[in-house]
Order: sequence, then structure tokens, then C-alpha cells
Amino acid sequence: MGTQLDALTIIFTEFYYWLTVALMFLIHVGFCMYEVAVSRNKNVIHTLLKNTMLIPLVTITFYLFGWWIYFAFPNGPFIFNGLGLVDAPNAVPWSELMGTHLGGAPETAGVTADDNAFWARINGVFWAAFLLFSWTAASIVSGAVIERIRSSAFWIIAVMVGSVTWIIDASWGWHWDGWMVKLLGYHDAYASGVIHAIAGGAALAVLINLGPRIGKFAADGTPRDIPPRNPWLVTIGLFLIYTGFWGFYVACNVPIISAGDIGAEGVTFTATNIYLTPTTLSAITFNFLLSLSGGFLAGYMVSRGDAFWSFSGALAGVITASAGNDLYHPLQAFFIGGVGVVIAYKMHFWVERRFKVDDAVGAVAVHGYAGFAGLVISGFMLWGHPSSAFEGYAAITPWGQFAGAVIMFFVLGFAPAWVVSKALKNCGMLRVPREIEIAGLDFKETRQREEAERMIAEAEASEAAALSSGGSSSNQS
Amino acid sequence: MSTTIVESWAVEIADLGPIYPFVGSEGLLVVLGVVAWIGWHIWQMRMERQEEEETLQKIREEKICDDIAE
Repeated sequence: MGTQLDALTIIFTEFYYWLTVALMFLIHVGFCMYEVAVSRNKNVIHTLLKNTMLIPLVTITFYLFGWWIYFAFPNGPFIFNGLGLVDAPNAVPWSELMGTHLGGAPETAGVTADDNAFWARINGVFWAAFLLFSWTAASIVSGAVIERIRSSAFWIIAVMVGSVTWIIDASWGWHWDGWMVKLLGYHDAYASGVIHAIAGGAALAVLINLGPRIGKFAADGTPRDIPPRNPWLVTIGLFLIYTGFWGFYVACNVPIISAGDIGAEGVTFTATNIYLTPTTLSAITFNFLLSLSGGFLAGYMVSRGDAFWSFSGALAGVITASAGNDLYHPLQAFFIGGVGVVIAYKMHFWVERRFKVDDAVGAVAVHGYAGFAGLVISGFMLWGHPSSAFEGYAAITPWGQFAGAVIMFFVLGFAPAWVVSKALKNCGMLRVPREIEIAGLDFKETRQREEAERMIAEAEASEAAALSSGGSSSNQS
Repeated sequence: MSTTIVESWAVEIADLGPIYPFVGSEGLLVVLGVVAWIGWHIWQMRMERQEEEETLQKIREEKICDDIAE
């Protein structure tokens, strides 16, 4: 920290990211509530544990290698300099900067005193902000596959999505120096593709290998509705996801940086997106709320007043507009959000009917199709806008954004998840036995609870009998 | 004697580096972390399989699926 101003800037940034982490935790609370609300009574505990246990698993693996991937892979494979791995001394798990550090003199080769001063304060909170995105990516897949996937299989897939594939895509396309930004002009400020399209693509691949829940489709292939068990909990869950999205949006920004550091003129400070191009918190607040509203209204309209699709539509609206929500006019964000929801809704039911895919919460639609559509739309809306603050980077184009959408949804989302889930399926590890699915994935817990309740009821009956016969109670306290 | 590099706080704080205990053990901690992570998955898969077999046995003994079919 060269000056007091540098020190204050770093400490403000540290506090800013720390707050985003607490807010983003609500996304996961919302996902848990939502999944549990959609699960039938016989599967609730399984659903809850399946989702919550991804938290520790993705956290430890994101510490061990996920964070390193982000800094090491921006050159992409065989695009710049062969494998082109970048040294990431702050992000390897054995780095002193991956622990409590006060920024003193560096002991690692290649690390400067300024690096140490910066990363000593920022590493943990920046890591955690990315980690919460990782939980979100894995959790998106979790909702789609409820009521029949084996937990062990899901957790392997969760680690792959949360600590490997999404963070590779972030390194490629959500990094100021990523190869997709340089060559394609890829722009995805609030993660339409790098979180939502990839997770939606992964969910679709797993669903294809997993198969539908028993009873979802009639013998003639007609889909049956399996309504949410608790609509009120669905509503609260989705509202908590909206709330957590505030943290998600601000965590996608660099809160304060001097104009000189991003090649601009003057001495002012600004907030930027992840690509270090200027935006404002005010802009993204406008656009978040307008795209949410556009999605809400369109969701209500296209579903003809279905509560589930109205609430999910709000989320899909935000996701569609997210790629360009650092730049759009609020009313553009409003209409883009609405268009994305119509696409997502229509695609969901077409894929369900055509391919017999049982997506229990509409995750592929809300995240995958809306995210994909959002990237394509942003290519037209932001055509020619500079993707980077620095010289030598491609501008934003429709073809660059389309290529980016394909990379996110299919190359890093669908393909790896299909390979892993197919391997798990071939080993008989992907799906619970059908008898257990019919009896309920909570069969054991239900029996234990019934047995516990029976024993308590017997004890109470015995006590009541003793009291009514005038005898003394067995419990004198 | 301290397990950390800090013997006293009457120093220039900005000169201090890592202050967690046993600096230098990071490599070993990473190895233990990897073992704990992989080991947990292996243990959990075995446990899940065992629990499933017990549940299946109970379902068949109690003819749960027959009851549902009726």
C-alpha cells in the first residue's frame, strides 16, 4: 500500500466484496427452499441434503484448485503459447496469500511488494465472491435433477461444474485478459453465459442421461404435471434468490479503480465491470429491476397467470439481460428480459414434449436458454462497443457473442456433464433404484421418524393412563 | 516462543507477512486437504450403497411396492 489513498481503496474493496458474499449466501438459501418446495413429501430430506452438501464440497475444491484455474487459464488451450498457463502465485493453495496475511515482504518468486499488499487483503474476499458463484452454478443443476439422482453422483457433478468447468469459462470469458475477450470481443458482464448458460447446459446433459421421474410421462409420451408441494415456499425461495442477486450483481463489479489504471484520461475514480470497462452501481440497479420486471410481466403473460412461471420469469428476465446490463438503457433491459422469458418458456415445453426431458424446476429454461438468448441478443445490442478498456481487443459482435454462447452452453456446459453423467450411468451410479424412488428417497428417515413418534405416543399414553387412574406420574419434575 | 511469526504487535504491521501458525506447512496441509476431499467421496459412496441395500431389503420385506400398486 503505497499511499493512504491506496490503503483506503484496498480496504474499501475488501469490505465491499465481503458484503457481497453475505448477500449471495441468500441465493443458496433460496435455491434450497425452492427445491424442497418442489419436492414431494417422500423426497424432502434427500433433496435438502443433496443441495446443501455441495457447499462444503465445492468450497474445499474451489480452494484446492478452482481459484488457481481462474488465474492460470485465460490464454485458453493452444490459442496463445501452447497450453499457455499463466503463473498464479496468489491462487495456488499452498500460497501464503491463501491465508491470514498482512501484506508484508513477499517470499514467493515473481510476487512484488505491491502484489502482496493487494492480495493479502483481497484474495480471501475475491475468492469467496467467486466461490458463491460456484455454489450457484452447481445449485442450478441440483434443482433440475431432484427426486431420482443419487447424491454421490450429483456431488461429483457439482464439483465438476462448481470448481472446474464454470471457472474455466470465467478464465476464458469473464477475465479482463481472457482469450474470448481478446479474440471474440466476448462480453458477459453479469454472467448470462458464464454462470447461467453453462449450468443450464450441464443440467440438460445430466437430465438426458438421468431420465425422467417415474410417472412424469404417460405411456403415449404426454408429459404430466408434478405440481410443487408448497407454492408459498417456492415463492419465498425465488424471492430470496432475487435478493441474493443484488450481491451477485455488485460482486461482478470492481467497486473502485483509478481512471489511469484502466488506460483512461483524468484522475477520477470509477466502478467497472469484470473487464475493467466503466459502469456504475446506479446503472446496474436500474437495469436489474427493469429486467426483473420485464421478465415478471412476460412470465405472467406467456404462462397465462401461472405463479411458478411468473416468479421464474422474473429470474429469467434478469438472466437474459445480464450480459449487457452494465450498458443497456433500463427500458431496453425491460424488453430484453421479457423476450428472454418467452424464449425460455417456449423452449422448456418444446424440449419436454419432444425429447422427454424432465426438468423439475425449469432450470435449463430459466438459466440455460435465457442465458444463451441473452448473449445472442447482447451481440446485436452492443455491436461495435469496445469489449475491453485496453487496446488490441476485439469489439463486441453478434458472431462473437453467439460463439461465446455456444462455448458456454455446449462446450463447457453440456459436453463435460454429458460425459461424466454417462460414465456414472454406465457404472450404475447415477440414479437411485426404482423401488426406492417409488417408496421415497426419504424412506429410511420416514420410518425412523414414525418409530420415534410411535414410541413417544406410547410413553404419553402410558403417562396419561397413570394420571387418569389416580396414580403418581412417572415424571415428577 | 510462538507458533506464529508474531512475537509482539509493537512492529510495523505492513511489514508482517503470513500470521497463521506453522508457516511452512502449507504443502502438507494441501496434501491432507486433497486426501480428506477424495476420501470423503469414497466413504460417502460406500455408505450410500450400504444404506440403499438395507432400504431395498426393507422395501421388499414389507412389500411396499405391492402396497402402492394396489
